[in-house]
Parts: sequence; structure tokens; C-alpha cells
Amino acid sequence: MSPSAYVTLSVILFAIGGVGVLVRRNAIIVFMCIELMLNAANLAFVAFARMHGNLDGQVIAFFVMVVAAAEVVVGLAILMAIFRTRRSTSVDDASLLKN
Amino acid sequence: MTTVPAVGALRFAWLLLAFPVFGALVLIFGGHRTDRWGHLLGVLMPIASLVYGIIAFFALLSYPAAARSRDLHMFTWIPVGDFHVDAALQIDPLSITFVLLITGVGSLIHIYSIGYMAHDPARRRFFGYMNLFLASMLLLVLADNYLVLYVGWEGVGLASYLLIGFWQFKPSAAAAAKKAFIVNRIGDTGLTIAIFLMFAEFGTMNFTGVFHGAPAAGSGVNTALGLLLLLAACGKSAQVPLQSWLLDAMEGPTPVSALIHAATMVTAGVYLLVRSNPILALSPTARLAITVVGAVTLLFGAIIGCAKDDIKKSLAGSTMSQIGYMILAAGLGSPIGYAFAIAHLVAHGFFKANLFLGAGSVMHGMNDEVNMRRYGGLRKVMPVTYVTFLAGYLAIIGIPPFSGFFTKDGIIESCFDKGGTSGDILGTVAVIGAAITGFYMTRMVLMTFMGKPRWEQEVPAERRETPAADTPGSAPHPHESPAVMIWPMIVLAIGSVVVGGFLVVNNRLANFLAPVIGPVPAIHALFNVTSDITLVVVLLGVLAAWTMYGRVEVPAIAPPGRLLTRAARQDLYGDAFNESVLMRPGQWLTRLSVYFDSRGIDGAVNSAAAAVGGSSGRLRRIQTGFVRSYALSMFFGAVLLVAALLAVRL
Repeated sequence: MSPSAYVTLSVILFAIGGVGVLVRRNAIIVFMCIELMLNAANLAFVAFARMHGNLDGQVIAFFVMVVAAAEVVVGLAILMAIFRTRRSTSVDDASLLKN
Repeated sequence: MTTVPAVGALRFAWLLLAFPVFGALVLIFGGHRTDRWGHLLGVLMPIASLVYGIIAFFALLSYPAAARSRDLHMFTWIPVGDFHVDAALQIDPLSITFVLLITGVGSLIHIYSIGYMAHDPARRRFFGYMNLFLASMLLLVLADNYLVLYVGWEGVGLASYLLIGFWQFKPSAAAAAKKAFIVNRIGDTGLTIAIFLMFAEFGTMNFTGVFHGAPAAGSGVNTALGLLLLLAACGKSAQVPLQSWLLDAMEGPTPVSALIHAATMVTAGVYLLVRSNPILALSPTARLAITVVGAVTLLFGAIIGCAKDDIKKSLAGSTMSQIGYMILAAGLGSPIGYAFAIAHLVAHGFFKANLFLGAGSVMHGMNDEVNMRRYGGLRKVMPVTYVTFLAGYLAIIGIPPFSGFFTKDGIIESCFDKGGTSGDILGTVAVIGAAITGFYMTRMVLMTFMGKPRWEQEVPAERRETPAADTPGSAPHPHESPAVMIWPMIVLAIGSVVVGGFLVVNNRLANFLAPVIGPVPAIHALFNVTSDITLVVVLLGVLAAWTMYGRVEVPAIAPPGRLLTRAARQDLYGDAFNESVLMRPGQWLTRLSVYFDSRGIDGAVNSAAAAVGGSSGRLRRIQTGFVRSYALSMFFGAVLLVAALLAVRL
């Protein structure tokens, strides 16, 4: 399989993730879509590393995974806190700072 | 003239100040505890100063003439780098003359006040202020530099404010006190700027330092100094154009008027000019301005004195006129002019204090009535007041051998001696002033003591000096004043008779003052053509007054009068002038400034704040609070960024 197929898959995954972030209200789904976009970017990094024959892209992919793991920890903790106070995970409800 | 440190008895010259300062502090801060004996302490302190003043005078006389300027260093007041101002006293012939006048006449007025203020509940406070007045004036004349002089100068202003407004429950007295203070501030500004200029030019404010540096400073500086000092003198000495406060100052108790007019306050301007004679010597322009101010004021005051029916205001006009003579003499610039200015000042101190105390005695007996048209025939019921007043009257109009003849004629002759057209004009003005003096003083004596009594009626409250009269609203029962008021008047009457002759004959005062004002040439014969003409003109004035007020009955209600009379009753429109030329434009300027401030400056600041507030209110609408809309804007931002990067790459 040619590397360009992986890049195409990466674009498709990124687009799905982006649309999911923009259109869904459920914070969990939004969160999963962000993960999808991050992994799409990872896939592109690895594919380009393979195409260019150096390891920089693969190293960056590891960094992204670490950052994503940290982000999941913080993000899920915030989600838990919001859910406990409001019994809801809709992102539109969390607009207390307006006003 | 060199100044040498004070030794011997003069080392204690600070006592001159310490006595009245102590009295003022005890009486003002002692409260009602001192009510019972306060007036006695208040009288004792000036007398103590007088006794020390006499000792100091004789101590000074024991030195040779050239060594009669003694300097007493008390403490260093402002030591900044190489700039030093010492709180130091200078005892020299000029200052000791003033000390004797201030403490002598001041003590007599204090004694008189015991009787005059006997019924006033605030008598103790009155004596405290009087002592403060005396202390300030003594500091003024004893200072050896302009800055310490300025302290005394301001102290005099403060004390006059407190005393003119002593009956502050009368709105007119409170207003008069404020007026005196504010008009004086204008003059004070002149002195302040003069002191700044001295510091800038000479780096010192000592009399000796300034006078030493003055010849090298150029005529511009000296003229500026002379004119600024004239402005200062105009304020304190009530000269045109700053004369308006003096007539209103009659709102104070009568002893205060006597003190202001005779010993303290109005003499300060003359002192300042005579003390600054080395500066005036270098500026003919300033001298000319001084003579013009003096000549204008001596006519101005005399005309006002002719028309007033209020005995105290008539005397106040007279004071303006007599101080005008002194200022005129000081402006002549010749040593003899200075000598006669001081001689007339001392003689005037006696006879004007005498006249004011006499007027106070009349008012005391007349239920505080001040309108001369309600007097008449008082010579029978107040014989002592009548005789002493008559002595002051003969002294002020200049009948030989009373004081005024020697001193005022000396000034008139000095004017003619100046030579040139200006000398003749000034001399003529002075002679005319003497004639008017004869007129208004005769009018006063005739209306008060001669003719038929016109005082059967009740005295309405608005014509009384103080509402706190013993039996308000009742008809007056004229009576002679108590002994404590009579004796000071008698002493002053004797002074009015002899002082002028004593000072002028043989040039006594002029020779004594020579170390300060320069050597004086031999004096004219006392009787000459000028003095004869003056005497004739004065007698014409007396005759005119007799024709109008002695030969015919004086109407109890003032007739409408002609144009000049009406103008003089309005103080020759001095207040109207101040109001229309100074006060109204000042108010307009204030209103303009307020408008500019509230609309211009505040408007700019406020509208800037409103613009920020309004625009941020509109910007706030963009923040919807929906996470997805933020995400969308981030998304479009990212798309734009990528597109821009691609565009640049291409």
C-alpha cells in the first residue's frame, strides 16, 4: 500500500473528528472526536516519516500521544466535576462565565 | 552705616517682643480661667515693653551716633546651604522711635480699653488680640531682614482681621474683617515678590546686604523693588488704590481703630518705605510713583472725611489723608523728607489716638451712637473729652504751637523744596489738603460739641456701634467717661500739644535718625512765607466749616447734598470701582474657568471613559458562551491560517 493512502485516511479521520467537535453537544463525544483528530494527525506524522525516510515524524507522534494522555486525564476530570454539579454533560449548559 | 552686635542692656531686646507675646498666649489660650484678671495682664505687658523700650532708648543714646545700629541675633531660622536667614532684631534710631510710639501709645490705648470694653463679655479675648497686634508690629519694626519683617507684617494683618471682626455676630463686622484681610493680601503680594526679587538679585534679605548690593543691581531692579514696596505700603497704609478697607475697618471696637490708625498697622507702610530708603534713592521712577500715590490719597481721604456723618468714618478718612502726607514725604527722597514723614507719623500717632479715644468716649456716653448729626452741644456734659478732643483738633489742623503745625508744614515745605514743576504741584496739593483738613475737623468739632443738642431721640439699633449696649433702645443720657478712659486721653492730649514741636525744633528727630536716613541739612525758620500761607488757607477752611455748620443749625437728617458730597458719602466710589473693575471680571473669570473645567477637561475625560465603556459593551455580545461557536471560530481561524501559509508558500 502506498503511503498516500494513509494520508488520505488521516484526512478523512481528521474531518470526521472536526465535524464531531463542531456539531455534537455531548462533551464525551466532543472529547472522543478531539482524540480522533489527534490520532489522525499522528497517522499523518507516521506516514510522512515513512515517505521521507527519517524518524522525526515518529518521534513527534510519541509526543502527541503523551500530550493526549495528559489531556485526557485533565479533560475527564473536568467532565466529572461538571457532571457532578449539573447532572449533564452538554457543552452548551456550561456557560456560567458569560454574564 | 555698619551694624554691630548688641551689648549691655540691648542684649535683652527680645523682651520687647516676649512681653506682648506672653500676654497674647496666656489670654488667648488661657480660656475663661483668665477672665477675671486678663485685662490687667493685657495692660501690664505693653507697659513692660514700654519700660524696656525706654531703657533701650537711653542705652542707644549712650553710644556715638555712628554706632547706634545694634543687631541682636536670636537664632538661625533658615540655614540652607550657604543661604541663612537669622531671626535677628535690629535696634537703631528708626526702630527705637517706632518701638516707643507703638508701646507708648499702645499702652495708653490698652488702659483706655479697660473702661471702654468693661461691659463686653469677651474683654479678655480682646486684650489677647491687642497684645498680639502689638507684638506683630514690634516684630515688624525690629526685624533686621525683610523675611522676619514679613512675619510681623502678616501678624499685623492677622491681628487686624481678628480685631476688626471682633464683634463677629454683626455681619457687617465679619465682612469688614474679611475685606481688610483680602485687600491687605494684595499689598502683601507686592512685598512677597519684592523679597523673591531681593533673594534672586542679592542672595540675601538682610537690610544691610540688600542695601549694600542695590547700587550694583541696575535701575530696572531698583525701580521694580521700589514699586513693589510701594504696593505693599499701599495695602497696609490704606493708600489709593488699596484704600477701601480702612473705612469699613471702623466696624471694630473704637480702641482697635485708635490702635490701627495711630500706633500699628497703617504706619507699617511708611516704616517700610523709610527703612528701604537706599533702594528708593536709586529709582526716581519709584519715588515719583510714591509721591503721586501720597498726593492723590491725601486729597482722596480728606474729601471723604468732609462728607461722612459717622464720626469714626470721618476720622478714618482723615487718617488716609494724613498717611498720604507721610507717604508723600517719604517719596520725596530727601533725608529731610524721611525725617518729616517719621515726625508726622509720631505726632499723628498721638493726636489721632487722642481723637479716636475722644470719639470713643463720646460714643460711650451716647449709647454707642456714631452719627454726628445726633450729637451737638456735648461740650457741657463731657468737658474733659471736649478739651482733649480740642487739643487733638488743633494739632491735626496745624495751628501753632500744636504738633501738626511743625510736622505737616515741614512736609509742605519739603515738597516746595524739591523744586521743579512736580515739587510745586505736590506742595500745592499738600496745602489744599491742609485746607480741607481744617474744614472737616472743624465740621466734626462743631457737629459734636457745639450747637444745640440733637440727641433726644432713641438710638435705633442699626446706628449703634454694638448691639450689646447697656439699655438698648432707650434715649441716650450723655455722661463723662470713667477715669480709666479719661487719663489716657489727657496724656495723649498733652502729647498732641508738645510732641511735634519737641521733635522738629532743633531738628531733634532728624539728627537722631541721621544714621538711617542720611545727614539732614539745617532746617528753615519755623515761620516763613509757606507756613504763613498754609496757616491762612487752613483758617479759610475752618471759616468755611463754621459758615456751614456753626453759624446755622445742623439738620438732624442729612440733606441730599451736591454731586461731590454724594460721591464722598459713597467713599468716592472706591467700593463701586473695586466691584465693577475687579470683583465682577473676577467672578466672570471664575465662572469661565468652572465652565471650561466641567465642560472641557472633565468632558474630554468623561467622554473617553464613556467611549471605552460603550464599545466594550458592544464587544461583549461576541462572547456567546457556547463552546461550539468558539470551536467553530477556532476552526475557521485555523483554516485561514493554513490558507495564508499556502498562499505565502506559493
